[in-house]
Amino acid sequence: MRFSEIKNHLAQFRVGIAGAGGLGSNCAVALVRSGIGAIVIADYDIIEEGNLNRQYFFSDQVGMMKTTALKENLNRINSDTCVLIHQEKLDNTNITEIFSGCDIIVEAFDSAEMKEMLIETVQTRMPGIPLVIASGLAGWGKNDIIRYRKIDDTLYICGDELSDVTDDLPPMAPRVGIVANMQANVVVEILMDKMKQAVQENENTIK
Amino acid sequence: MKILLNNREEEFPQEILSVSEMIRVKKFSFRMRIIKINDVLISKEKYDTTIIHNGDNVQMLYLMSGG
Repeated sequence: MRFSEIKNHLAQFRVGIAGAGGLGSNCAVALVRSGIGAIVIADYDIIEEGNLNRQYFFSDQVGMMKTTALKENLNRINSDTCVLIHQEKLDNTNITEIFSGCDIIVEAFDSAEMKEMLIETVQTRMPGIPLVIASGLAGWGKNDIIRYRKIDDTLYICGDELSDVTDDLPPMAPRVGIVANMQANVVVEILMDKMKQAVQENENTIK
Repeated sequence: MKILLNNREEEFPQEILSVSEMIRVKKFSFRMRIIKINDVLISKEKYDTTIIHNGDNVQMLYLMSGG
């Protein structure tokens, strides 16, 4: 299949991204380059100097809201993708509303507690919506243990499920970028499979 | 009873087991985790009262910080 056809297909979908840090910003870049129709990004943080070691921002954007800066960067890459931003801290009272209408949600938080809260909320209150999470990306090297696992049709994990961030094992661009791009890759795969399903359904109706 | 734990067959001498008991028996110590039984997410507050039966498909994953 040619990229133009892939892009036209992906343009029909809306992807939610919970967090605009290392995972969220890099995942969003990959999705926007792939031609996703719309992305909804939620974050409440501002860009700090220390974020530049892995997050898709520029040094002259330090001090800006992450959502605003990311939207600016994504629009510069591909203005065909509609980027909707929410300047809000996500919790179990606003997630369903902010991400309503999204075909898939990407978990892109830093703290394990926030990851847990998002997974519990989406899996119980947004049944059927696939959630792509990241767990285990701290440090460097160890390419061989970074993996992908599908739990069921609504839960997918990227990461080594092992490396927790500590003072001696910080998150860094290479491994965060790998996992963020793996998440984007899962999103594209799920959405491309919908094309196969649609073709099959069409054939069945004709028969 | 036999269950599937992360796609691997596991055998327990007990006939039934709560989620909390399974965590204890298996010595799973890391506390940030997600557990799904037959594709249904079990929230932490229900670990004591949720029973795992013979043949259940149990999936567990650890949540590491970082992003």
